[in-house]
Amino acid sequence: MEKWSLMTIAVLLALTVRWAVSLGSYSGAGKPRMYGDYEAQRHWQEITYNLPIRQWYFNTSDNNLLYWGLDYPPLTAYHSFVCAYIAKLINPDWVALHTSRGYESRPHKLFMRTTVFVADLLVYIPAVILYCFSLKETSAKKKVSSALCILLYPGLILIDHGHFQYNSVSLGLALWAVLCLSHDWDLLGSVAFCLALNYKQMELYHSLPFFCYLLGKCFKKGLKGKGLVLLAKLAGTVLLSFAACWLPFGTDVEQIMQVLRRLFPIDRGLFEDKVANIWCSLSVLIKIKNVISPRTQLKLSFAVTFLSLLPACIKLTVQPSLRGFKFALVSCALSFFLFSFQVHEKSILLVSVPVCLVINEIPFMATWFLLVSTFRIFPCRAPEQAELHQTKENMEGLLGEDGSDQSSWKRAQGRGAGGAWAVAEGVAAAGPAFPSSAPILGFPGSALAAPERWQGHPCPWTRPLPALPHTGTERAQSCQVSFPLQVPPPSSPNFDCSKTCTDLKSQREKKCSPVG
Amino acid sequence: MAAGGRGWFRALALGVSFLKCLLIPAYYSTDFEVHRNWLAITHNLPLSQWYYEATSEWTLDYPPFFAWFEYALSHIAKYFDPQMLVVENLNYASRATVLFQRLSVIFTDTLFIYAVHECCKCINGKRAAKDILEKPTFILAVLLLWNFGLLIVDHIHFQYNGFLFGLMLLSVARLCQKRYLEGALLFAVLLHFKHIYIYVAPAYGVYLLRSYCFTANNADGSLKWRSFSFLHVTLLGLIVCLVSALSLGPFLVLGQLPQVIARLFPFKRGLCHAYWAPNFWALYNAVDKALTILGLKCNFLDGKKIPKASMTGGLVQEFQHTVLPSVTPLATLICTFIAILPSVFCLWFKPQGPRGFLQCLVLCALSSFMFGWHVHEKAILLAILPLSLLSIQRAKDAGIYLILATTGHFSLFPLLFTPPELPIKILLMLLFTVYSFSSLKSLFRREKPLLNWLETIYLVQLVPLEIFCEIIFPLTPWKQHFPFVPLLLTSVYCALGITYAWLKLYISVLTERVPVRQKAE
Repeated sequence: MEKWSLMTIAVLLALTVRWAVSLGSYSGAGKPRMYGDYEAQRHWQEITYNLPIRQWYFNTSDNNLLYWGLDYPPLTAYHSFVCAYIAKLINPDWVALHTSRGYESRPHKLFMRTTVFVADLLVYIPAVILYCFSLKETSAKKKVSSALCILLYPGLILIDHGHFQYNSVSLGLALWAVLCLSHDWDLLGSVAFCLALNYKQMELYHSLPFFCYLLGKCFKKGLKGKGLVLLAKLAGTVLLSFAACWLPFGTDVEQIMQVLRRLFPIDRGLFEDKVANIWCSLSVLIKIKNVISPRTQLKLSFAVTFLSLLPACIKLTVQPSLRGFKFALVSCALSFFLFSFQVHEKSILLVSVPVCLVINEIPFMATWFLLVSTFRIFPCRAPEQAELHQTKENMEGLLGEDGSDQSSWKRAQGRGAGGAWAVAEGVAAAGPAFPSSAPILGFPGSALAAPERWQGHPCPWTRPLPALPHTGTERAQSCQVSFPLQVPPPSSPNFDCSKTCTDLKSQREKKCSPVG
Repeated sequence: MAAGGRGWFRALALGVSFLKCLLIPAYYSTDFEVHRNWLAITHNLPLSQWYYEATSEWTLDYPPFFAWFEYALSHIAKYFDPQMLVVENLNYASRATVLFQRLSVIFTDTLFIYAVHECCKCINGKRAAKDILEKPTFILAVLLLWNFGLLIVDHIHFQYNGFLFGLMLLSVARLCQKRYLEGALLFAVLLHFKHIYIYVAPAYGVYLLRSYCFTANNADGSLKWRSFSFLHVTLLGLIVCLVSALSLGPFLVLGQLPQVIARLFPFKRGLCHAYWAPNFWALYNAVDKALTILGLKCNFLDGKKIPKASMTGGLVQEFQHTVLPSVTPLATLICTFIAILPSVFCLWFKPQGPRGFLQCLVLCALSSFMFGWHVHEKAILLAILPLSLLSIQRAKDAGIYLILATTGHFSLFPLLFTPPELPIKILLMLLFTVYSFSSLKSLFRREKPLLNWLETIYLVQLVPLEIFCEIIFPLTPWKQHFPFVPLLLTSVYCALGITYAWLKLYISVLTERVPVRQKAE
C-alpha cells in the first residue's frame, strides 16, 4: 500500500481510539464539592470568560482560588477563554459565573471532549505525522509504524481523552519545536517552545536541552561571528514571544508576580502520595519527609536534580547533535521527574513523549519504558480502560513482525511482552481493590530501571547502545522481583493519603512544580 | 504461510477486541432491552411459557436455540446483577447489566474470530506477497474482523450478530474444506439460532446436493446422474432432522409449534421498516411518493383521497401506496423467489466449487435483501461478509465489494443517531473504507482499475450526502416539517448503489464461462 494511505489509516485509528476513550467517564464525574480536572477546566472557562483579565489569577469575591484557581500560564487561560466563547454560543449556562459550578450534562461532556479532540487534532497529531515523515534513513513503512506507536501511546490518550486535560497542546507544541530544530529553523523552533512553555510550566522539564542545544549550536558557529548573531536572534525571539504571551499581564509587576506565585507553589511537600520517583521509593527505607525540614528538602532535591542534569547538558552544549538533543530531552525530563520537588505522576508524559521520538532508534528500551510509564498512570484512570494498552501493544507486535526491514528488537518485544504484560494487567485491573499497589508496582520499573539506563549512561549517544539481552521472560522476572517492593508498610505516613481520589487530593494532584 | 506468521492474526483479533471494550459505555438501542428481557424470560419461566410471555413488548421472536443461548447466559448474568433477570424490570440498565451484556457480545465473538481464522486458511496463497500488508489472508482478516457494520451493529447498537456470522463463516469454511457434514450441521444449528439465515439456505441446499450427494461429474462438468449417493442424502437428512428435533421438538411435544412459528414470522409488520432498508421497495416507495406529488401538482389526483401516512417518519405500520399497486407479503415472497432462482440454477448447472457456492450465497442474500418483506437494513451484512471472501480473489468481485460494502455500511448510519456516536461512526467508517480501498487496490494493482468513473462519482457523493443529512439539514427550517427527508435521501441513494451492485454481480455470475477443463470438485 502507498505511504499516504497507510498513514491515513494510522491517524484514523488513533482518532477512533481517542474518541472511543472519550465516550467513557472523566475525572471527578458526579463527585460534588470539588469534582475533578474536568470541572477545573470548565471553571477556568467560566473565570476567563466572565472576569476581566486582571482578576484571573487573583483571589477575589468572584474568583475563589481555593476552588480550582487558575494555576497554569497565560496560554492555557487564553485557550480556556476561546473555549468559553464557543461554549457561550452553544449554551450560556455552561459558563455562567458562580451558578455553573459543578455543571455536568451530556451535551456539555460532548462539548468538552470535542475541545480536547480538536486541540489534539490541530496541534499534536500533525506534529507527530510530520516528525515521522522527517525521520531519515528509514523505510516508509517504518515511518508509519513509528507514527502509529507514538499516536497510540496510551498514557497521553488516557490522561487527555479519558481523565480530561489538555496535555497534547503543550506536548504538541514542544514536538513542533523539535521538528523545527531538526530542520534547522531555530527561530521558529524557539517560538514553538516558548508557546509550549507558556501553555504549561511543566515544559520546563524540556527547557534545558533546548537551551543547551541552541547554545551549543551558537558556540559551534563561533561566538565571534555567525554564532553571536544567531544567539542574539534567538534571545530576541524568545523575549518577544514571552512578551507577546504575557502582554495583558505586563501592566504592573504585581500581576506578573502573582501569576508566578500561582505557577510555582513551593509550599508543598517533597513528593505526594505515590509518585514513582526517587524520593517516594527512598521513603520505603527512610522517611525523608519526617527527617528533613521542607526548606532543606527543596534544596536537596534541587541539588540532586541539578547534578543529575549536568552531564547530559554539558555533553549537549559541547557537542550539539540532533540525536544527542533527543536523548538529552529524555534524560533531562527523567531527571526532573525522578529528583525534583513536588512531582506529579502525570508528569511522566513529559518523559514519554521524548521517548516516543527515539522509538525508532532504540525500539526495545523505548517500548519498555512506554509500557511501564502507562502502567503507572493507572490510578488516574478507570481500570476498564486497561485494554487500551493492549491495543497499542498489539499494534506494535503487529508492526514488529511485518517484514524484514524491522529490527529484531521490535519483533522480540511484540512477542515477549505478552506474558509479563498479562501479569501487569491483572494487577492493574484490580486497581480499585488495592489502591496503592498499582503505582508502587510501576515504580520499580521506572525508578530503578530507567535511571540505570538513562542516568547511568548519561551520554548514550557517544557509543552504540549495548545489545541488551532482555527477553520476555527476563522482563517477567523483573516484574516478579518488584512484587515484594510493592507492599507498603501499613503504618507508613506516606501511604496514609492514598485513599484514591479524595477531593482534596485531586485538587492538589494537578498542580506540579518543577524545581522551585 | 511463513512460520510464526500467525502473530499478526492474534494482533488483529486482540486489537479489535480491545476497541470493542472501549465501546462499552457507548449508546445502545432498544435491542439491549430486547435481549435483557429474553434473559429474564428464559431464566425465570418454564419452557412452556417462553413463546407466550408478553409482559414486555419485546417478545421472544428468535428460534429456540437462541433462547437456550440466553438461558445459558442468564446463569452468568445472575452473578453480575440479579435484578436484570426480573421480567417486570422493564428498561432496566444498571452499570453491571450494561457491562455484562456488552462483555457477552465481546466474548461470544471469539467464535467469529475462530471462523475468520479458518476462512483465512481456505484462501490459497497463490499471491503470497512478501509484504504482509499485501497478503490476501491479511486483507481478508482485516475486512472481516474489523468490519464496520459488525462493529457498530453489535458493539454500539447491540446485537449478537458476531457469533452468528461466526457460525455461518465456519460452515462456509468447512464446505470449502470439503467437510460437508460439519458444514451442514453448523448451518442447521445456525438456522435454529436466527431464522434470517433461511435466506441463504437455497445456496446451501443446492450446493450440498450437487457436490455431496452426487459424488462425480461428467468430463464436461455436467451432472452424472448415476453417481447419486443414498448414504450421503440420508446422512444430511439425519443431521437436519436431528438438529430440528433438538430445537423444535420440545415445543412440538407441548403443542406450541404454531405459536413459535407465529412469533418467528410476524407478517403483521409493514413492507418496510420505520427506516426503509435500501432495497427495491425503498425505490418503489420513493417512486410512489414522487408520483403522488407530481399527480397532486398536475391535478391528476384528488388530494382528499390520499391517505396521510408518512412512511419514514412514524412507527412500523402497514402502508397503502397511492399510485402504484400495494405490495402484499405473497408478492414479495414471489419476487424473492424469482430473484434467487437464476443464481441457484447457475450453481446447479455451472458448478465451480466453493467459489460458485459463495457467489450463489451472496446472490441469495442480496436478492432476498432486495425483495424481502420487512427487511432490516442490518441484513445487508449477510451479503457483505461472504462477499469479502470473494473480493480478495478476483478484481471484478473486489470492485463489486467496494460498492456494496461502502453503500451498505453507509446505509447503517441512521442506526446511530446520538451526537456522541457521530464521530465514532464516521471515523470507523472512514477507517474501514480507506483500508478496504487501498488494500484491494494494492492487491490488484496489476489489473485494470477496480471502479469506473461513474461508480467513483457515485461513492464520492456519499460524503456530501452525509454532510447534508447530519449537519446542514438539522439547521434548516425543514427539520420541523419534513423530519424524514434525511432518512429518505439516505435510503434511496443507497438503494441505487446496492441495486447496481446486485445487478452487476448477477451479470458477472451469469455470463461467467466455466473453464471446460476444470472439474466441479
